[in-house]
Amino acid sequence: MAAVAVTSAPLHLQPLIDEIVGSSGADGAVTSFIGTVRNHNQGRTVSFLEYEAYEPLAVRALQRILDEALQAWSDTRVGVHHRTGRLELGEASIVIVAVSPHRAHAFAACRYTIERVKQIVPIWKHEHFEGGDIWIEGATADPDDEAARENAHRIACA
Amino acid sequence: MRVTVRLFARLRDLAGSGELVREVAPPATVETVWRSLVADMPALGDYERTMSVAVNADYSKMSSRVNEGDEVAFLPPVSGG
Repeated sequence: MAAVAVTSAPLHLQPLIDEIVGSSGADGAVTSFIGTVRNHNQGRTVSFLEYEAYEPLAVRALQRILDEALQAWSDTRVGVHHRTGRLELGEASIVIVAVSPHRAHAFAACRYTIERVKQIVPIWKHEHFEGGDIWIEGATADPDDEAARENAHRIACA
Repeated sequence: MRVTVRLFARLRDLAGSGELVREVAPPATVETVWRSLVADMPALGDYERTMSVAVNADYSKMSSRVNEGDEVAFLPPVSGG
């Protein structure tokens, strides 16, 4: 179990918590985020999602986000696993864990990570809905876009 | 020289394949590879304003140099999470 993973296997929170918490017992706060497949999107009734990744770059981008989080909150460790392939309604597409001596840092690092995932990680949702299917297109990925990074940081600390 | 082109999501659907081997004349940049692709598949052209590019699984720029055997990827706007 690594801190970063892109996998077609179902995601589980507890093993990632165990990995990131470790055995030191020095931390007072563990936060987590689980993103799941929603049954509706922009007025459409969603049937299921297929996630596609450019896996080697997705792993690098996730690692970069963890490095950024560590720069912003130096006492905080983060882990993130992203699923690929077909996901049914309610299944977890992403799990994030942040561990820190301070709850404010743990919450912020967790939120920062999901915001950055949506900005720079090369993963795509193919939404299958009642009556058709559509590729969801969000952000143009540019890891060097400082304005985007600052925006993610601002949201994380709001 | 030969490069491997990787296409994802809707770009892959439009091209009908996620992986293509392309012949380009050196010296070439990512943009050279993109232009040759769009010449054969004009439907891809709309993505030029919104896509990102990568060389050998690292984010890159249209102006970056491409060498024999490189993997050049064209990435539509992302939607993970």
